[in-house]
Amino acid sequence: MTVQVQTMKVDAALKKQLLRQMLLIRRFEEKSAEMYTKEKIRGFLHLYIGEEAVATGVTAALIPDDNVLATYREHGQALARGVDPGSIMAEMYGKQEGCSLGRGGSMHLFDAKTKFYGGNAIVAGHLPMAVGMALAAKKMKRNQITCCFFGDGAAAEGEFHEAMNLAALWQVPVLFVCENNLYAMGTALKYSHAVTDLEKKAPGYGIASATVDGMDVLAVLDAARKAVETIRTTGKPYFLVCQTYRFRAHSMFDAELYRDKNEVDEWKKRDPVARLEGQLTSEGTLSTDDLVKMKKEVEQEVDRSVDFAEKGTWEPVDQISRYVYK
Amino acid sequence: MIPYQMPSLGADMESGFLREWKVRPGDTVKRGDIIAEVETQKGIIDIEVFDDGIVGQLLIKVDDKVPVGTLMTHILTKEEAAAGIKPEIPASPQVAPMVSPPPSVRHVKASPLARKVAEEKGIDLVSVRGTGPDGAITREDVERAAYKTSPAERSVSENVRMAVAAAMSKSNREIPHYYLATAVDMTKSLTWMAEANKKLPLLERLLPVVLLLKAVALACWEVPDLNAWWENGLVSKDHVNLGFVVSLRSGGLMVPSINDADQKSLSQLMASLNDVIPRARAMKLKSSELVQTTLTVTSLGEGAVESVYGVIYPPQVALLGFGGIHEAPWAENGRLDVRKVMTITLAADHRATDGQTGNRFLLAINKNLQQPEKL
Amino acid sequence: MTRLTYREALKQGLREALQSSDKVFLLGEDVGRYGGSFAVSKGLLQEFGPERIMDVPLSESGFTGAGIGAALAGMRPIVEIMTVNFSLLAMDQIVNNAATLLHMSGGQLNVPLVIRMSCGIGRQLAAQHSHSWEPLFAHIPGLKVVSAGTHEDARKMIIAALLDPNPVVLFEYTAMMNMEADMEDPLPAVDLSKAKVRKSGKDLSLITYGSGVYKCLDAAGELAKEGKEIEVLDLRSLRPIDTEAIVASVRKTHRALLVEDAWQSVSISSEVSARIMENCFYELDAPVQRLNGLEVPMPYPKHLEDAAIIQPSQIVSKARQMFG
Repeated sequence: MTVQVQTMKVDAALKKQLLRQMLLIRRFEEKSAEMYTKEKIRGFLHLYIGEEAVATGVTAALIPDDNVLATYREHGQALARGVDPGSIMAEMYGKQEGCSLGRGGSMHLFDAKTKFYGGNAIVAGHLPMAVGMALAAKKMKRNQITCCFFGDGAAAEGEFHEAMNLAALWQVPVLFVCENNLYAMGTALKYSHAVTDLEKKAPGYGIASATVDGMDVLAVLDAARKAVETIRTTGKPYFLVCQTYRFRAHSMFDAELYRDKNEVDEWKKRDPVARLEGQLTSEGTLSTDDLVKMKKEVEQEVDRSVDFAEKGTWEPVDQISRYVYK
Repeated sequence: MIPYQMPSLGADMESGFLREWKVRPGDTVKRGDIIAEVETQKGIIDIEVFDDGIVGQLLIKVDDKVPVGTLMTHILTKEEAAAGIKPEIPASPQVAPMVSPPPSVRHVKASPLARKVAEEKGIDLVSVRGTGPDGAITREDVERAAYKTSPAERSVSENVRMAVAAAMSKSNREIPHYYLATAVDMTKSLTWMAEANKKLPLLERLLPVVLLLKAVALACWEVPDLNAWWENGLVSKDHVNLGFVVSLRSGGLMVPSINDADQKSLSQLMASLNDVIPRARAMKLKSSELVQTTLTVTSLGEGAVESVYGVIYPPQVALLGFGGIHEAPWAENGRLDVRKVMTITLAADHRATDGQTGNRFLLAINKNLQQPEKL
Repeated sequence: MTRLTYREALKQGLREALQSSDKVFLLGEDVGRYGGSFAVSKGLLQEFGPERIMDVPLSESGFTGAGIGAALAGMRPIVEIMTVNFSLLAMDQIVNNAATLLHMSGGQLNVPLVIRMSCGIGRQLAAQHSHSWEPLFAHIPGLKVVSAGTHEDARKMIIAALLDPNPVVLFEYTAMMNMEADMEDPLPAVDLSKAKVRKSGKDLSLITYGSGVYKCLDAAGELAKEGKEIEVLDLRSLRPIDTEAIVASVRKTHRALLVEDAWQSVSISSEVSARIMENCFYELDAPVQRLNGLEVPMPYPKHLEDAAIIQPSQIVSKARQMFG
């Protein structure tokens, strides 16, 4: 069944909001990298720089009651979902003011208030859970979508295929968003998948799918709105592939032996943040002064998140066993 | 002025090789610029700067390997650009040496419960026969033994016998003994003593054993390692408390201690013996006379066998045995003579000392006995 | 008193769970139309309908993960993994998601999920279908792991597990399905966290769980003829382990023989033995002894299989040796 969905208008206010959101993610990630090299943040740190349009565009199509699940490269989704930047930075510092009490770190951001369910660091491990959450929504007759972000690497895992089959079999309202950034860590798409057009995997399960330029936030928003509308109308799952690219290494400790610097530079020309900046200034939605002001505000917000994390406190060690069981 | 340090790019990165500086001192940089290439175990990684400013003096040479956090340069404001900065060298932490305690030994096969019950009832497990799996002593075995040998059922002398049995068994189990012996010419000492006794009232007259005790006590000053306890290592004692073995007529032994024997005159030592021996036989000793002994002496007395090889009382590390004094042929300076001769034996703990120590100790005793006037 | 098979006890337990709330549903392979691989859920599809009794495709990780998601989102699913043998395919979901989410999210997200699986060795099913893997699951903090070694627990553990706000893995025993036993009717609720003395004695403790419980009771009966009063302690909860009950029993009998089907190395009995040493070493009048399944992949022919599985006669002779 195909649902005809009209391309919706995006007003100036929303465009500015999308830009501000992407700038916040970009600046927050740059600051995270800095804090990592200064050993304030430890463990693994996976940056979202280059992929901001995906989280920003898709999340803008959701309502607050929807569930969101993401991967270990999830700062962008968490910010876009409205998780407080200070609580994310504090989480990465390991402070108890963090959104997961400091227990999770960069890879395990959780926030029940905004229905942000991680922060899941086993590739594809969260896909079956997303299907289960959607199944619960269906059983409880709630108008709720579960949106599940994952990468191209996850699409090679068995759990992806099990989850797609279950979602289609049970006809549950789940939006699978594949952020195809072309590399599963250091293994290029063509070395991971026999069929590299990932959206083609959906029809075999009877799932509607689409692919979109993930470097264009307006295109992503449009595609996501269509997907969400389809799911709400049919109650069935939907598979949206966003073609994107990470500008930074897989994680901080990565010499990027597997890709050519020219390739990175080519993709940087399609920077989603610069693209929207240019678009909004050239069409007159945003003046240069407005842009400078916006960047300054974002800079201040990121600085506040660092201050908040710095001022945070350590969970007392004697509470370590709290929450092993409820 | 902002310090720029070797960045940490992963929890498993401890240091990095600087492969190339991408900037020179005085270059203007802005946030995000690549300023160097660093080689790690994962390959060469571009490292970026996080602040706008002017690059200061480069403090790390190309191909230097430096730990994470090492100062590499400074990012300066225009005003600061002329200043020179010296790198800081962090101190390396001190590591305390590890000392592991020596293992202890226990050989009786008994269940933990049997041990606990035995301790409560004061039963030595050496004297209990085990009937459990592999002949291990069980609680039942201990209770049976306790019933048979409970103090109420036993004579006092049996209790003493049990205590001696326990101490000697433990000694034999745990202490690797070595033995040395030497014959000593007692003629000088005995002659000197006979003269001294002429001046003393009958009840205060000296016995040869007093000379022996004093000779031993003084030798302890020269060779302190045998006046000691073994407590996970050799512990030398400040006081010379000589245990003196007293045989009980009913069997068994008591070993009262003559405390600070080195500080006592021969007369005082004689008085001590006269006091303590009857009390030992009546088993009316004070605890201070039983538990502080640092070295034990056994003397079989007149008319006894030539030499005695003893078993050390733990935790002491030596025991001296004096045989009977006999007349014997004695060669000295190329001449043969008949002298009063006594054999001294030393049983010592080989964990604590070696034969050389024992040798020096016996020689010191002999020397003291040849100079009775100094005793 | 009513007389029930172990299978019927499980089914009544499931029915009670399903009747307790509309949010409860059962999902697993062949639980509906087939009636359950061991006929435990036979008839429940007709009674509760396909929304409550859900057949799932062969995708253990997928449907176990879906159970976790549904539990997170407010439902009370009971996931049935047909046999413990297939549980490894769902291990990632159980270990990395169900067991970790509460702690990793700083207390925000609990997973009130029941995972049932049929377990146990024997019946000539050979090396891939004859497993006793309770120790694998009991290793994981965040999970509760319980074992229904009696009809009473088969009947009442499911509802107790469902009332727990944590993920509970419940082991049931294939080999016991047809065994009959008398039970009180109605049966009172059981406490999931406590071990239970199934037979009281003063001379030796047989500490066991699951399929070991009835074997140990048989052995205790045999030893009673020789005048030995044997205590049989059923651990029931394998995570957390009821240390207090173990210590109380050993303090009374001073001898412990641990019996389990699972392989010995790094097993439940390893853990129990360690806890005895830590907590009541000086109460022991003999070394702790263990009887476990032989450490080989299960062979197919009957005589070799028998040699790999603990027989009640071995329990009797091992106990005798412990008296010297």
